[in-house]
Order: sequence, then C-alpha cells, then structure tokens
Amino acid sequence: MNTLKQQIDALAAGQTTSVALVSECLKQIAAHNSQLNALITVDADKALAAAAAADAARAAGDTRPMLGVPLIHKDIFCHEGWKTSCGSKMLDNFIAPYSSQVAENCDAAGFVVVARANMDEFAMGSANENSYYGAVKNPWDQKAVPGGSSGGSAAAVAAGFAAVATGTDTGGSIRQPAAFCGITGIKPTYGIVSRFGMVAYASSLDQGGPMAHTAEDCALMLNVMAGFDERDSTSLEHAKEDYTRDLATPLAGLKIGLPREYFAEGLDTEVAAAIKAAVEQYKALGATIVDISLPNTKLAIPSYYVIAPAEASSNLSRFDGVRYGHRTGKTGNLDDMYEQTRAEGFGTEVKRRIMTGAYVLSHGYYDAYYIKAQKVRRLIANDFQAAFEQCDVIMGPVTPTTAWHIGEKNADPIAVYLEDIYTLGVNLAGLPGMSVPVGFASNGHPIGLQIIGNYFSEAKMLGVAHQYQQVTDWHSKSPAL
Amino acid sequence: MKWEVVIGLEVHTQLTTKSKIFSAASTAFGAAPNTQTAVVDIALPGALPVMNRGAVERAIQFGLAIGAKVNRKSIFARKNYFYPDLPKGYQISQFELPVVEGGAITIQVQPAKGDPYEKVINLTRAHLEEDAGKSVHEDFHGASGIDLNRAGTPLLEIVSEPEMRSAAEAVAYAKALYSLVTWIGICDGNMQEGSFRCDVNVSVRPEGQAEFGTRREIKNLNSFKFIEQAIKYEVQWQIDEIESGRKIQQATILFDPDSGETRMMRSKEDAHDYRYFPDPDLPPLVISEEWIERVQRELPELPVAMQARFAEQYGLSAYDARTLTASKELAAFFEATVAAGADAKLAANWIMGDISATLNREEKTIADSPVNAEALAGLIKRISDNTINNKTAKDVLKKMWESGDAADVIIERDGLKQESDTGAIEAIVDAVLAANPKAIEEYRSGKEKALNALVGQVMKGSGGKANPGMALELLKKKVG
Repeated sequence: MNTLKQQIDALAAGQTTSVALVSECLKQIAAHNSQLNALITVDADKALAAAAAADAARAAGDTRPMLGVPLIHKDIFCHEGWKTSCGSKMLDNFIAPYSSQVAENCDAAGFVVVARANMDEFAMGSANENSYYGAVKNPWDQKAVPGGSSGGSAAAVAAGFAAVATGTDTGGSIRQPAAFCGITGIKPTYGIVSRFGMVAYASSLDQGGPMAHTAEDCALMLNVMAGFDERDSTSLEHAKEDYTRDLATPLAGLKIGLPREYFAEGLDTEVAAAIKAAVEQYKALGATIVDISLPNTKLAIPSYYVIAPAEASSNLSRFDGVRYGHRTGKTGNLDDMYEQTRAEGFGTEVKRRIMTGAYVLSHGYYDAYYIKAQKVRRLIANDFQAAFEQCDVIMGPVTPTTAWHIGEKNADPIAVYLEDIYTLGVNLAGLPGMSVPVGFASNGHPIGLQIIGNYFSEAKMLGVAHQYQQVTDWHSKSPAL
Repeated sequence: MKWEVVIGLEVHTQLTTKSKIFSAASTAFGAAPNTQTAVVDIALPGALPVMNRGAVERAIQFGLAIGAKVNRKSIFARKNYFYPDLPKGYQISQFELPVVEGGAITIQVQPAKGDPYEKVINLTRAHLEEDAGKSVHEDFHGASGIDLNRAGTPLLEIVSEPEMRSAAEAVAYAKALYSLVTWIGICDGNMQEGSFRCDVNVSVRPEGQAEFGTRREIKNLNSFKFIEQAIKYEVQWQIDEIESGRKIQQATILFDPDSGETRMMRSKEDAHDYRYFPDPDLPPLVISEEWIERVQRELPELPVAMQARFAEQYGLSAYDARTLTASKELAAFFEATVAAGADAKLAANWIMGDISATLNREEKTIADSPVNAEALAGLIKRISDNTINNKTAKDVLKKMWESGDAADVIIERDGLKQESDTGAIEAIVDAVLAANPKAIEEYRSGKEKALNALVGQVMKGSGGKANPGMALELLKKKVG
C-alpha cells in the first residue's frame, strides 16, 4: 500500500517520480475502474503531462512536498477545464470555467489530478446508487454499496487509484463511505474548508474534507485544503493551523465519551463489537472512558431531512436549462422548458428532496417544519457542548450496519435515511467528525469508528486516530480486486 | 358616495456602488450584454455571494437621513422563483429583519386645487437586495435573450406606510425621496436607466371608513408623470368598479404609458409563494455602533437643515430656501455664488429666475450651466454697484451664456456701463420733456405714474445705459 506520506517521502528522496506514481494509478484505474465505476472522468494524457511537468519542476529545485502526487477530486469541486458533473445528467455537459478554492489549493500544492470521482447526484445519497453515471461498487465486495455520497472517492482510495481523494460531507458523506470502504476520512469544523466553487447541496451543512488511508495522510491533506477564503462568507477567519502537530501526542489521560444513544437499539452486533474492541485499544493507550448522553440524537434525522432538502430546493433552482447544463430538446413555452429540463436532468432522489424542501418552506408550513427543525438543530448542538464538558472526544459507530447490497434498499428511501443517525448530528452542530477503520464484519465488510471532536479540534482528533493506527493495521488492509 | 384614496409606495433605488452587491463585477450601465458578470452573477455551480460593504454603508446613510432605526443585525433571505433573468432561481433580499426600520420624510404637496401644504410620511422599512438581469425580446427571432449585466446590482427597497391620500401626495413623496437619495449620493437618480423605480399600492374606501379597501399594486413606474397618470387612472377604475357593484380583487398590474391605462399582470391566486428563508450562504449582517457613528459624522447637511440655515444665514424666504435646496448641486451653486461676493438675495433671484429658466429651456442641469457660480457673482456685483441696471444685466447674462466671457469683459467691450453722468442724462431728459408736454401736465395734476413712462424714454434715448433711478430723479426735479 502506498500512502500519501510514503509518496511524499519517496518523491523527496528521489526514489520515485510523479510520472511513475501517476502511471501506477492509471494502471490500477485501467484494471479495475470498469468494474468499480468509482470514477466519472479519467484524463490520462492530462495527468501524465502534469506529472512530467512536476518532475521537471522538482528537478529544477521546486521543493513543494506534494509536487507531483496523484489526487482524485470528487466531481463536486469546480476545477477549470474539467467536467464537473456532480453525478448528474444536469451537468453532464458542464466544463467548469473556474476553480473551487479546494481545487486551487491542491493545484498550488502541486498535486496532479488523475481523475474525478463518481458520487451520488448532487451529493444526495448514502450508497452512491443515485449517480447518473451508475452505482459505484464497494472494492471489498462488489455486490455491496461503497456508501455515499463520496462513494467514488472512498472506493477509489480503497482500490489504490490514488492515495488521497477529496470528499464532501453534508450528513456523513465522507465518514460513511470511508467506513464502508475501510479508509480514513475527516469532515472538518464547518467553515474550515472553503465552499467556494464546491457545488452546493445544503449550504449550512456542506463541508469538504480529505479521504485517505491514514489519519496522518488526512492531516497532511487537510493542511492543503483548509484555510480562510474571503470568497466564502461562511469561511471562518481562523488562523492557519498545522493539522499534523498532534500526531505524536500520547493519549494518556484522554477522556473519551461514549454516547449511550449511539449504542442503543438498531446497532448491528458485529459493528458494536468492533467499536468496543477499538475502545478497549484506546484504554490500553491510556484513555479513560466516560459515559455520556446526546439525548436528541434521534431528532437529528427529521431535523436534517427538513433543513437539507429546504436548502437544496433553493440551491438547485439555478439548474434551469437557461445558461448552462442540460436543456430539454422538446419545444414549448417557458414553463414547459423548465419542467422538462428538470424532469429530464434530475434523478429520483434529487427530485424527492427538492419537492420535500419546497414543501417545508412553503407558506403555512415554514414554521412547523423549517423553524422547528432549526430549533432542534440548536438543541443538538447544545447536547454536544454539554458532552464536551465531560470528555475530550466522542466515539461511536459511523453507521448502524456495514455496507448493504446494491439495490437492497432502493424501494425504501426512509430506511436509507435512518442509516445516517450517527453522522447527521455532527453536521447539524457544525462539528468535526472522522471515520477510522477498526475491523471487518463476518461478511468481510469494513467497519468504521467515528471520532467526534469539539470545534477546531481536528489536530487533536487526527492525533487520536493516528495513535490508534500506530498499534493497529486495519487501515493498511487492501481489498483483493 | 365620497371616496378616499389610500396609497403606499415601494421604491427601488439603485445604489451607487462601483461593484455589485454580492460580486466584484462592475455596475456600470450600457456595457455589451453579459460582459459584467462574475461567477456569482451567472450563478455558476458553487458560486457564493460576498456582501459589498459599500451597499450596506449606503443603506446606513439612508436610515440616518430619515431618522430611522438602523438595525445592528439584519438577515438576508432568499426569495425563490423561476425566471430566466433570475440566474440563481432566487433573489437575495431581506425579509423578516431589514437593515432599516421606521423613519419619516416631510413632503411638500401642490394639490390640483387649493394651497400647497406640508405632510409627514412615515416609512415602514428599507432593505437591501439584488436586482435581476434583463430579458431582451427583440432581435432573437422568436426566442428571448438574457443580459445579466444588471443581475446583482445593489438596490435599496424603500417601503412607505400607506399614508398618501392623493396622486399629488404620492408624487410629492416620490420626489422628496428622489431628492433625498440623490442628495446623500446613494443613488444617481437616473430614472431612464431604472435607478429609481416605484411600485404603487392603490386602494379606495368610502370616506370615514376605518379599514382599508382591497389594494392593487402598479408595478415598475419610472417617471413622476407616470406615477401621477397611473394613480389617477387606477383610482377612477377602482371607484367605477365598486360603484358598478363589483369587488376589487387583489392584483399586480402594469401601467401602459401609451394608452394611459392599467392592466392586470397577475391576480392574487397566481401570486408566487416565494418560500422565503434565511440565506445560508450569508451570515447575519452585523453593523457596529462605530460604523453607524462614522456614517453619521460623514453624512452631508440634509435639505431640511440646509433650508433653515439658508433662511437664517442669508435672510431668504422659506420658499426661496426650499427652492434652492431642491438639489445638492443647486444649493452648492447658490452658496458658491454668494461666496464669490454676490448679494445673497440677488443671487437667489437670478438662480431661481434666469439661470433656472435657461437651463430648463436647454434641458441642462445646474452642473452643466455655461455660466458658473463665480461668473454669475461677477455679474451680480455689477448690479449691486450700479455699474449696470437689471435690464442690461439680463442681456449681459445672455452674452455670457453664449460666449463664456466674464460680465466685466462684456460690459466693457459693448459699452454697457450704466450712464451716471448727470450732464449727459440731463440733456436726454430735457429732450424727452420737450417732446412730452402732456405727460408733464398729467404729473403736475397728481398722476405720479406719468413720469415712469418718461423714464423709459430716457432709457431708450440713452441706449439702455442710463441709471433709471437717476433719470427719474432728474425728471422730477425738472418738472416739479
């Protein structure tokens, strides 16, 4: 297995070249992407040219550590000259004419983009079955889903298409696919990573973050992705941090809160066992365990599925066929054009959420749904703050079960929504959360441990995860492809 | 039955910022279509709005100028609807918590019949929002073009209470508001380019009835004349409807300046549900006390204060003070004329008289006046020191207007200096008296005015240069 850190070191030591790394990625992609369908766009020529340029720059004295390292972007980040489809027919013909802050930051660090990852359409989904480009398959079990919405990114990293990928997380879309695919991913504090140029699903919840094999790689990658951006008014004016600074910090005295509600009815016994084993490992590393309560956990689901669709219904109004993207070929008046364009351009789940969102915002329902959901959101945030008075980090499962089978839950969207119970609260509260691989179920599907920290505690969380990864090897397992 | 008219206005004033309210694109008018558009203005996926503090500053200026409450915290909301010139599918506006609340404006009303009067109109609120683009229907052979240059232009929507009771009051309010926003410089006032647009809510009710009638909203009037015409037509239409036994239905209507009529755009049933909610891309707009204090300090002297000062400092009548403060430019011209040495009352008369009349005739503003304040003062000084008389001064001004020469140059060159040499005038007086024995007789029999006609003849005899006061004095002396 090749980690980002290993690639950085090998490049710096002159043991490999960007062309060699990129070629290896392209080889792996050529061998396995047709089965996994993890990628929407692969541009070998562009990637190899960029790799050659990176090697030349390095030879000429450029010492940027990430120079020439292969990277895969989730197809949600606008990147000038790249198709940015967001997994939708609506944007199948959209070549981004500008770059997101995340893409700019990665370019500035010297990364070479080899491909763009598949995803649930407009980041709506928990199984990556809602993509116009077809379902992504889990590298550990190709009959299983990889999770979503960043399922393509997670599958790509697990399959060795690149050591790192970007993802976004609105209700668990980094953590849940990371858990399902046995990799590490972190959703930072809301406002740490700029949303500029990241196609919006639910603006008050969306947050970009890294997906990689190890916590150390996530820390290195977050150093590149994070930073104040005046082009995003919700970006936090927070001093630049080094997210690797706590990697070596010992865990003696760490207080880990285990929320009762995360271990209650509905949690698969194998997942529960793996989480318990991980907690035992943390005790061995010197941590102490605190029993905590997040009493409004259950309310996260209805609250999220009001707020996120409400914002989405408005955010997706711009896809109207007027200026870019899909436009119906049928003729008619203006309303016909809108209706046909959107009927043809959006998939079922996107339509469901737009309609839900329009409904909860409409006159006469707004107070009962949207305002109520915002009040619940505040309660959930308060729960976490109360919990952090008792502990340093919170741990629990990322998901109630491991990856389910493709098609298994298609008839029941609510069943899929319920799978998000442990991840949604973090987004509603704006907190950082991460997923760390901690084992496998008997069916061979990976299991993820969720670590939730207080605002701006990413460095601490990454250290907590890194220390665990120093004494375990779940993160270094590779699927047999 | 006698009917009472109830009118409220919603005025969209385009703010004078160089860049748009949520992007760095230029707001300049008249560029080639879609050339002044940032990613936000064409609503590319992932584009995000960033508040232009200049627009906020102008809203604060307005709030302070009308004595309103400037909210320390206000909220931007999304108003959702589909239209091709609305690129995001929503307009960013303010809904529940606007930046400015309350305030009042004093208006001067000149009714169709009766004396002019003053009235105070209370304002409900003023809020910041973005303008939409434009649909262009010509030249596209059955299709429509979209120009998004205007999309994202900052607007301050100013909403009045329904306190106007006639078309004249509505026009007076619109004019007072126009004068104020241009005075404080937050709006360029270019009505042809849409910088100041009015939506007028009109209803009627039987005189003495407390509750309001059902209103109809006339959209997008961009001239004071149209406001007046549209209201007059609409009021009569509503009265006719009710008197014919029909009920007024709430509706949005358009005024057609060609026919002078209003027509329905959409009824209440077709009204949009805009699904307002706070824009999650923009944090609440927080305005610090220091910011408000600084804007207050930098606010220019407002028309009402300036009127009082003009009356006090220059001894002008209330009417003159009000007329001279109709615009900041006019007031500045007056003060510059006085500062250059002109007598204040003469300056007021000349600016409100010949200067304004000539500017109006030539469709120029005071800023384009070919005779500037110093030049005018040069002329007025020559009236005050009796170098020329009033009548000659009018001719001199005309020549100044055409040639750009100074008054003194023209007086000297054309020999227009008033004749104050007693000997020279005396000779003319003698000649005039000799030719008008009848007038002398009349004067001696008590008709004082008889001599005035003779003054005119003396003036004529002197080629307009005689000092008329001196001529009259001489005539009296010789006859009496």
